[in-house]
Amino acid sequence: MATYVQIDPTQKLDPFKAVKKIPLEEFFTSGHRTCQGCESSLVMKTMAKAAGPRTIILGSTGCMYVANTTYYSTSWVIPWMHTQLGSSGSAALGTAAALKALMRKGKIKNEPINVIAFCGDGGGADMGVGAISATLTHPDYNLLILMYDNESYANTDIQLSGSTPWGAHTTFSPPGKVKRIMHHRWKKNMAGMMAVGHPTCRYVATMCMSYALAGMNAIRKALSIGGPTFIHSLDPCPKGWDYDPYLSHEMGELAVNTGVWPLYEVEDGVLRLTGRTQQLAAGKIKRQPVRNYLLKQGRFAHFTNDDIDYFQSKVDEMWNKWLVPGVIPFRKEVEADNPPA
Amino acid sequence: MAPVATAIEEQRKTDETALITGSEAIAVACKLADVDVITAYPIRPYDTVMQYVAKLVANGEMDCEYIVAEGEHSQFEIVKHASACGARVFCGSSGVGWMYAMEALTVTPALRIPMVVMVGNRALDDPGAFGVEHNDALAVRDLGWQLVWVDNAQEALDTALIAYRVAEDRRIFLPCAISCDGAFLTHSQALVKIPSQEKVNEFLPRYNRADLLLHPDNPITVAPQANEDWVMEIRRQNYAAMERTFGVIKEAYADFERILGRSYGNPFFEEYQTDDADVVLMGMGTLSTPVKVAIRQMRKQGKKVGFVRMRWFRPFAAEDLAKSLGRFSAVGVIDRDYSFGSPYLGGVLAGEVRHALYPSPGKRPPVLGFICGLGGREVTVPDVERMTDSVYKAAEGKVQPLTQWIGLRE
Repeated sequence: MATYVQIDPTQKLDPFKAVKKIPLEEFFTSGHRTCQGCESSLVMKTMAKAAGPRTIILGSTGCMYVANTTYYSTSWVIPWMHTQLGSSGSAALGTAAALKALMRKGKIKNEPINVIAFCGDGGGADMGVGAISATLTHPDYNLLILMYDNESYANTDIQLSGSTPWGAHTTFSPPGKVKRIMHHRWKKNMAGMMAVGHPTCRYVATMCMSYALAGMNAIRKALSIGGPTFIHSLDPCPKGWDYDPYLSHEMGELAVNTGVWPLYEVEDGVLRLTGRTQQLAAGKIKRQPVRNYLLKQGRFAHFTNDDIDYFQSKVDEMWNKWLVPGVIPFRKEVEADNPPA
Repeated sequence: MAPVATAIEEQRKTDETALITGSEAIAVACKLADVDVITAYPIRPYDTVMQYVAKLVANGEMDCEYIVAEGEHSQFEIVKHASACGARVFCGSSGVGWMYAMEALTVTPALRIPMVVMVGNRALDDPGAFGVEHNDALAVRDLGWQLVWVDNAQEALDTALIAYRVAEDRRIFLPCAISCDGAFLTHSQALVKIPSQEKVNEFLPRYNRADLLLHPDNPITVAPQANEDWVMEIRRQNYAAMERTFGVIKEAYADFERILGRSYGNPFFEEYQTDDADVVLMGMGTLSTPVKVAIRQMRKQGKKVGFVRMRWFRPFAAEDLAKSLGRFSAVGVIDRDYSFGSPYLGGVLAGEVRHALYPSPGKRPPVLGFICGLGGREVTVPDVERMTDSVYKAAEGKVQPLTQWIGLRE
């Protein structure tokens, strides 16, 4: 039978066995001006480290463009190019296609080069979702799309995105005298949507850089497996979430330990819960109440007890009622929805 | 260097002749140019070029990454990034599809990406119309795109090869859009001479992205945040590149004639029966056909009318054009486009021609504007005669509206 999919070899990036095995060399260094406690810049740093020097990075508009690449003081040691807000999928595809064509025709040296396009939640879950979806259906190109999700348009003054949690205070959803909850949409299930909607995509994962080793190894697996891949990273943002920057690491741990942010990977269609999430699901550790997570953030400061209970009920539903808990929100029967007045 | 006469003789012997459409001619040019990455998305009438490209790929006649995108924005973004990595790219669109890609079209010249595209000119929605209008391609006229209009399939093929040569010249690195009138050119067959691969290789060097290549061996940062510190200097570099296109285009046409044996005279605009003309009409694209027929008929009646067809709209050869137009007693500009609320409510080309004439030290003939053939409506021989009559009246100094709609239902 003819082989329709022609795919080039990837770099073989074995997982780092321990923190001390991670190389010291940096590919995202000084020169940037991200906020104190910025977890997304930690994602950039570890992503570049996990990928190594034979990598091209495409960055769509957002904090990680504007804050990281001031003219004459770029923080990128490896090649980096800006792409438009909704173009992470297209940028990765075009770059990978060019490398493939030029190598096949002998116009450049034939070697595996990593292609990573990153986007924020605005660029990914809102504007760029169509292009990301299309790219994940192209089995012929080796590339990774990484969505760093700080749950708002944090570069433009903290406006809500399709990835902002229910009820959060943003500059486009301020609590007012008549409406306490201006934002009553639930966060898009991006990783689940990408995994379910693109069955030939070989690797989809969630991560949180509070668990940096696991995150870096997810990136290395995504780059090694072949074909287009997708990673969704939850990045606590002191400015957008309104908490003291020293709490960033703890905020990521709380998101996972309260069950709000499930960690998992879908490899060749096989789902595996990972890290603390695996232990939570197996009942080895107990889910913490979401109250512990919400009340540490100014963006939820206007929540009443009813709001917190409602939020908790939705997280409980995700773990107890979803047919694939934490990943796919299909249910066996219709659930009543009773938001607070 | 072979003399031109010999090259023409040689071309007659070696070139294959084929009956193909304007779209197919451009697909053949892509094959001859050994394009590396092509992206398609359907919209009439430009999509015919991609149907031909798909067949060339399927039959193994062309080796490229051929990607069907999920919309024009992605279509243009994909090739933009491929070009940044050193790939020769081709893309295209029509009408509102071109407008859907507008963000990508904006950043492409700003990034100094030498993309070559075909615009199958089509009326913008709404109401729906498949026929030709030039407003789609003209929408990018201020952004650093080179814009060229062709009026036959041979010119489409040749201009595509010339466009790669100019766009990919390190002195330029600006994209080029080749406009082909929807239906009249995209879907009309004509005999086309297809040059040999050897001659194309001699004419068209490999695309070399050089110091701007995005590759791990050249780890640059492309398009950082520059803000008011540097944006003005960067814009000025694009200005300078566009200024250089005049010379590079002339070089390319001269080499094209030397190597491939076909001459286009003045690259920027074609003059038809202007040597002894009293008045001239002007326009772009395939309306040249009815205009030329009408001119031949009117000349039998003793009216000395000529025609000036603009090929390159960007860069706009203002000084040459003003000098040429100074020879006539009046000029009638036929616009297959509109620019609502513009000076004298005229079309885009009429405004540019007046702009070109104003600082001219020579004679400045009166310029009348005509809006004609919108939405693919045929420009007929009687239409051309009517316009010519008005231009003669302008030459006699008679006052009349500076913009007239021709072929409109009463």
